[in-house]
Amino acid sequence: MKRLQRGVRTLGEVFITLALFLFLFIAWQLWWTDVTANRAQTVTIHALERNFGPAGTPARAAADPKAVLTKVPFGQAFAIMRIPRFGADYARPVLQGTDTDTLTKGIAHYPGTAFPGQVGNFAVAGHRTTYGKPFSNIDLLQSGDIIVVETKTNYVVYAVDRHVIVAPDQVEVIAPVPQHPGVQPKQAWLTMTACHPRFSANQRYVVFAKLVRSITRASGLPASYMAAPVGTVG
Amino acid sequence: MYGALWRVMPGPWPVKLLLSLVLVIAVVAVCFLWLFPAVAPHMPFNGNSVQSGLPLPGSPTSVI
Repeated sequence: MKRLQRGVRTLGEVFITLALFLFLFIAWQLWWTDVTANRAQTVTIHALERNFGPAGTPARAAADPKAVLTKVPFGQAFAIMRIPRFGADYARPVLQGTDTDTLTKGIAHYPGTAFPGQVGNFAVAGHRTTYGKPFSNIDLLQSGDIIVVETKTNYVVYAVDRHVIVAPDQVEVIAPVPQHPGVQPKQAWLTMTACHPRFSANQRYVVFAKLVRSITRASGLPASYMAAPVGTVG
Repeated sequence: MYGALWRVMPGPWPVKLLLSLVLVIAVVAVCFLWLFPAVAPHMPFNGNSVQSGLPLPGSPTSVI
């Protein structure tokens, strides 16, 4: 009898311990990964800003204003994405590659898709609920919302066109002409993918945006593009 | 389990309490720094990129 009692008590303690571990994991995933990722991504943004030079000045390295990115080493940050709808100070680094590790460091660029401003589809993925959640509010984006992608040489301005919710294997959303694989692109697109619904990975929330214009760093970004859109919360 | 742990710890109860706290912090640190980052990629809620085994014509495949 004594033995049975002890066994039951130990079993209970094991279950309580497991529950505590699960709770701890949730706390880590939903809170701590944001803390560390936000810190790291802010450091990356500052490094990129230093590298790009102050706004309104010609890029130091690229004398040719038409110079565009064509190749970036895997895992390297190469652009800053600004989305006024997500707040005036919203700025996230864009890195090359969409592996798990790169996705924790910022917005991830699908290798093989176009670079910012190029004809084709500049396709990126971002976390919705964890690791700094760059695309947390992707569902708030409305048609016409401005997205600015800042590179060493240019401010590339896109405007949101539409959104779709797809299955995770529907890669046609990142085709050169989104949703029309095999078609020759004539325009520059931006595609953003994030998981959907929140806290799940069953589907993908996908936003398509079209190029408005590409402005050289030397000319500077007109302030109107960074103005808060109507109905912005917070 | 916890009773046994308490009994094997040396010293009077304040020392035992302090030791327990250190132990708890150590366990949380190991989880946050090594265990959880290692298991997170296997969790079913972190996917956000599109991918497929068979690339469609004209569209690049992504590694997750």
